[in-house]
Formats: sequence, C-alpha cells, structure tokens
Amino acid sequence: MIKKYLGSRWSPFVATFSVILFFYLKDALATTSVVATSITFGLPLAMAAMVGIMCERTGIVNIGIEGTLLVSSFIGFFVASVSGNLLVGLFAAVCMGAVSGLLLALLSVTWKMDQIIAGTIINILATGLTSFFYKQGHTLPSTFPEIDIPGLSAIPFFGPVLFMHGPLTFLGFFLILVLWVALYFTPWGLRSRSVGEHPGSADTAGVSVVRMRYLNVTIAGAFGGLTGAYLTLELVGSWDRGFSAGRGFTALALMIFGRWNPLGALAAALFFGVAQAITNQLMITEVVTIPQQFTNMLPYVLTILILAISAGKVRAPAAEGQPYEKESA
Amino acid sequence: MKTPLLELTNITKKYPGVIANEDISLTVNKGEIVALLGENGAGKSTLVKAVFGLVRPDSGEIRINGHLIAPGDTAGAIAHGVGMVHQHFQLVPVMSVTDNIILGDEPTRGLFINKRAARAEVLALSEKYGLQVDPDAIVENLPVGMQQRIEILKALRKDVDLLILDEPTAVLTPQEIDELLNVIRNLAKSGVGVLFISHKLREVIAVADRIVVLRNGKAVGITTPKESDEESLAHLMVGRDVVLQVEKGEAKAKEVVLSIRNLHVNDDRKLTAVTGFDLDVHAGEILGIAGVEGNGQRELVEAICGMRPRIKGSVLVSGVETPDMHPRRVHAMGISHIPEDREKHGLVASYSIEDNLVLNQFDQPPFAKGWIRNAYALESNANTLVKEFDIRTPSIKTTAGALSGGNKQKVVVARELSQKTKVVVAAQPTRGVDVGSIEFIHNQLVAARDNGAAVLLVSAELDEVLSLSDRIAVMFGGKIVAFLDGKDADRAKIGRLMAGLSE
Repeated sequence: MIKKYLGSRWSPFVATFSVILFFYLKDALATTSVVATSITFGLPLAMAAMVGIMCERTGIVNIGIEGTLLVSSFIGFFVASVSGNLLVGLFAAVCMGAVSGLLLALLSVTWKMDQIIAGTIINILATGLTSFFYKQGHTLPSTFPEIDIPGLSAIPFFGPVLFMHGPLTFLGFFLILVLWVALYFTPWGLRSRSVGEHPGSADTAGVSVVRMRYLNVTIAGAFGGLTGAYLTLELVGSWDRGFSAGRGFTALALMIFGRWNPLGALAAALFFGVAQAITNQLMITEVVTIPQQFTNMLPYVLTILILAISAGKVRAPAAEGQPYEKESA
Repeated sequence: MKTPLLELTNITKKYPGVIANEDISLTVNKGEIVALLGENGAGKSTLVKAVFGLVRPDSGEIRINGHLIAPGDTAGAIAHGVGMVHQHFQLVPVMSVTDNIILGDEPTRGLFINKRAARAEVLALSEKYGLQVDPDAIVENLPVGMQQRIEILKALRKDVDLLILDEPTAVLTPQEIDELLNVIRNLAKSGVGVLFISHKLREVIAVADRIVVLRNGKAVGITTPKESDEESLAHLMVGRDVVLQVEKGEAKAKEVVLSIRNLHVNDDRKLTAVTGFDLDVHAGEILGIAGVEGNGQRELVEAICGMRPRIKGSVLVSGVETPDMHPRRVHAMGISHIPEDREKHGLVASYSIEDNLVLNQFDQPPFAKGWIRNAYALESNANTLVKEFDIRTPSIKTTAGALSGGNKQKVVVARELSQKTKVVVAAQPTRGVDVGSIEFIHNQLVAARDNGAAVLLVSAELDEVLSLSDRIAVMFGGKIVAFLDGKDADRAKIGRLMAGLSE
C-alpha cells in the first residue's frame, strides 16, 4: 500500500546510498561533512520543487519559481536587515512569496493567460524589481542559529547529518513530509489531484476548480517565500543580484524526475545535493583539479541529464497548463 | 396540485450566433422518466446543464421541489437532490473507483480520508443498486460500460431525487443498454425522477413515460411512447420525413480488393489489440465490423491506413502489399480513410474548407503545378463538392473548425469519396452527426459501393452496421468471432457475440 504512494522510482535512493557508503568506508570525517553539506545544497531545491508540485498537481504550470525565490529572498533580506529582526524578515518573505503565487493565479486562472508566459512575467518582474531596488551595504544582524538536538546530534554520522541544522531546515523537511501526507491521504489532496488531472470531474463533484487553484498556487507561493527566506536568512546570510542562481528551474527538473511526488522530488534533490557536495569536497582537497568553470556547470549538466533520463517515462498531471472553461465541461 | 420535482419555465440560452435554448418549459414528476429527444445541436445538453448549474441560462426559472435555483448554482442543484451523469465521463482516469466516487464529499477521520470507510461505502452503494464495481480498480483500465456505472453510482451517492443522464447509451453494447434501461426503470420505481437525453428513438420509446422533442433549441412536441412511433418522432426531431432504413440494392460483390493476412497490432499501451486477423473485402460490398469499442477496431483501422505499426502480417490491395506506417502511400494505393476522430485525424480546424477538401492531394494536378498551388482549381473543386455533398457553410473560405459536427464530417466524406478509390475504410462515420446528415452519409457510402469500391465500415452503432452492411463481421478481443450475412443478421445474436458470449 505505502509503496504505491512512495513512487516506484528508487534509483535516487539507491544511488545516493551506495555513494555515501563507499566514501564513508574510505574517510568517515570527510564523508560526514560532505553528506551534511549535501543536505544544505539539496534542501532548497527540494523545497522549491514542492512549489512546483503544489501548483502542477492542480494543473497550473509554474515556471515562475525562480522569480518567487528571487523576490522573496530579496524582501526577506532587506526587511530583516532594516528591522534587525530575522523573524520579521521571514514573515515578509513568506508574504512576498504568497503575493507572487497570487499573481500567477490571477494571470493564469482568472485571466487564462498562457501559463508559460505568466511564469516568465513573474521571473522578469522579479529580476527587474530586485535589481532596481537593490542597494549595497546592507547586512543581516545574524543568521538563524544552528540547533543541535540534544542527544541525537551526538550520534556519529547521523547526528551531524540529520540533527544539527538551522530551524528552517527542520521546518522545510517537516513541511515536505506534511505535503506528501496531505497530497495522498487527505480530502484536500484528493481534490487537488483531481483538479490537476480532470478538472471537469472535480467541478461536477462540487469542488470549485478556480478556488482550489487559487488556494494551492498561493500556498505554493508562500512556500516558495519560505524557501527564499531559508536561502538568505539561514544558509547564505547575504543577498546579491541573481541570488537564486537558477534553483527555481533546477527544481522543476527535480519535480519531473520525482514524478510530481514530494518524496520522489526530495530524493532527487538530495541526490543532486550529494553530487554537488562531492564535487566541492574534491575541489577543496584538490584531489582533482578541474577549472572552476566546469564545476560550476555541474548543476546545469545534471539537470539536463536528469530531464533526458526521465523524459517520456513520466506522466504529468493531465490537465496541466490548461485553463478550465466551465461551460465546455 | 402537487409540486413537480423539476419545473423549468421559459428557459432561454443564447450563444453568439446560436440560440441553444429558446423559451423551453417542462416538468418532471417523482418517479417519472422523461426523455429529451433531439438531434445533435438541438440544445438538449445545454438544457440539462442549465438544470445542473453548469450553464447559466439568460432567462427563465428552474425550480426543484418548488425551490428556485439560482442560475449557475451547481452546489445548490446538488443540495436539492439533482444528480447528473455526463455524456463525457467526468472521471479522473488515473484514480481508483473509490477515489472517484467519494471525490468532493470524502468520509474522513480527523484530517485524513477514511479509506476503509470510503471503500465500504462504495461496496454498500453498489450492493444497494445492484451495480457491481471493483472499488480498487483504476478507472482508465475499465471498459466504458463500467465507467458509466461508476458515474451513475457517483450520482446516486448523493441521495438524488432527480437523475439526469446525458446520452448515456452512446458507448454501450445492446446488452449494456438493456441493463441500463432496467436500472433506470428501477430507479423510477423507487421514486427518483429521471431526465434522460438521447437521440436514439428505440430506447426513448422503450423506457420513457413522456418524451419531449427538441429541435433548433425549441421544444417542438411533447408526447408519450403510446401515442408515437419511430417515424413520427423522427419527423418531429428533424422537421421533415426521414428514411430510417437505408435504401440500397442488392450488392454485386466482385473480386477481393482488400485483404488482410495474419495482422497483429498493438495499442497505445503496447498491449496486443489485434491478434492474427484475416479479412477479405470484395469490390462492390460493404463489410461492417460490429463490436464494442476498445476491442481492437481502432487499431485495425489505423494499421490498415498506415497510421499504426503492424507488428506482424500484411494488408494487401488488389494483391499488392501496402507499406507499413506510410499513410500517404497507402492512400495513393487506393485506400480512402474516414477517420474515427475527425477533429484529430480528419481535418485541420484552422484551415479553410477549400483546403481541407484537398488535404491528401494538394500537391497533385490540377491543385498544384509544380510548386505553385492552383487557386482556381481549388475553388472550383470546393464549390462542386460543397454542392454535391450538401455541406452547409457560409463560404468555402470558412475555417473547418467553425462548422457543425455533421458538416465537418461531410467535408471529410466529400474529400475521401470524391476521389477514385478502391477501398473505403469508414470508422464511426456518423459519430456525433445529426440525423439528416447520417442519412446523407449512409447514402454516400452505398453509392461508393455501387461504384465498385470495397467498403470496410467500422461502427459502434449496431443499427448502423445492420442497416448498411452486406456482410457483418463481429469483433471481440482483437479477433473476428463470427461472420454473418447482412440480410438476416439477428440483433440479439450479434449483441451476444459482441459481449464475447459464444451464441
């Protein structure tokens, strides 16, 4: 029963696990640090992929995730640095994300605009606005501090990997699990998926397609805001132009690779994180010397590879990208 | 006077350029079966969608049990006990039967769906109404008859007083239709009012207590089965006398033109759909293939016409093997194809009628000289065919997408039958076409036969197969299970064969 909802694609798990085991046997300390780093790399991608999943499961293609990350991290950073309070910054970022979601819903649900164009508008708007309002010289009072869970964090390997993170990391993982449970085991999830697969059936069952889409795209936007806040307020601690660095697009690839399943996308993101962390480690220890330009290419090359592998084998929500016309039902 | 279950007063709905419903009033009482009869485009679907709140009428009143329902208020209609089974099933294909039935009103435990209770509820429901379903099956794997059961259960789950069925029999076998009619009768006996849409005269006469006939958006007659017969109803529907039986002479079958040898074809899911098929069609005969949809007919037709790979076996025209997966060369060898899905394979909706009429010969003389298209030849061809095939259009420059279903189909038929052809493969040639056009298309197919073409007719409408065919082949599970003579074929026997029973 459970297996059905986990999705049948175990390859990311298996690949990740075997790579970790191999290195842990060679060098325990370095491997622990690499895996811990990989969570840092992977989690924001996983969270951004959730934004895509929530939207696409209700039939809205969201290629504006990049824009949402950019603009919400920007707002989060500046509000936090001006107010001197990280929580206020976090709140502002989440609100900004929700607003960007609401904008996407307005464009694509109410105005029935082409969803790819709607997403592009959000991306361009985010790039333009953040570049225009950006001023150098702002700093954060601090970043969200790391929480070491007493007892658990002392376990070798698993302690540093799983139980020594900032609060938003824990929150992110928790919310991904919540999303998975909600999507497959609650009325909200059933309705969301039916709206994305066959809106007519939802509509005739008395589920409002428009309301469902607005709700989910807005929640997804808020989640994107949280992701942006995580990036700037917990992970990096600063903000610069083009801060989101293509993570929103990579997330879309991971969403597809994870078959629109939150756990699948999480696994794919962690696999991705591991690959990046290993490359970093190899660079630092100078085991291999590759020009930095090539290692910087890695996320994009991996994205292309992932899409090439999964293309044609996965099945997207059937009603994705189509505005719902009630009278043609 | 007791309040009727459903009371419609002066419903009018206008679309740009079309009046879908004009001033329609009707009532349905408790336990009564009312049939809405009319051609495609007569406004039947629009009317019932208005009742269910899916269409917002421009004027008029809808009362259910005396309660006024606001226009476009689906939730209100459901709350007052209206259930609807849609013509196009409103099911989520990738979800289970249970999930589909509970959608919108899920039994819960805390925040979660109570899957066990949901499953039990589906089983209880299916028991109560005698409609067997497997609650765990995934909808897309089920045959259409079963999908319809799920639709009906979905509607019945909400304690309906009024059940609306929009063209429920279009996709069913004769046996499934009989079963469905029994279900409808039983529902009526238990006090449910049924509003039933159909354009099939036989069913309407069999099941209805009252018949309301719509034509061009107006209610043109209210009658009962006792006071009417098929001819008089057809007359009301079309507004003129219609010849229901196709008039055709004796077939003069000559040599074999189309022969199929040991053909194997897969469906979209790569499962075997056609298994070791042998078939001969003679010049000057119509061979009808009867069968429930999804038994390999589509795959057979597509394999013949070069649109789907042949896994094994061959298709020969006058003894010459036709190429696999090459529709253009297959067509050049003399196979004309009236495809099942005219929107997808028959027409380019955004092209003009004139262009659609030459889609498979646009580059040949006289329509083109070298690189240059010949506008004069195109126009004169289009003008001739529009007249000859009675295509009703404001102009030959009108886009095909703007035409009604019947006229679109006539464009396809005109293109395929106006050319010199040895074989005509006609798949569901009258699907979604009005009665008047059906009559016309049938006559054209008979004319093609009389001109010496071998006609392979594939249709899910048993009546169509029976009235046109000189020979009938019944297809089940990817095979031909029986050949029958067209003249003395027995409906009931074919029905059993279609359902996979031996006799």
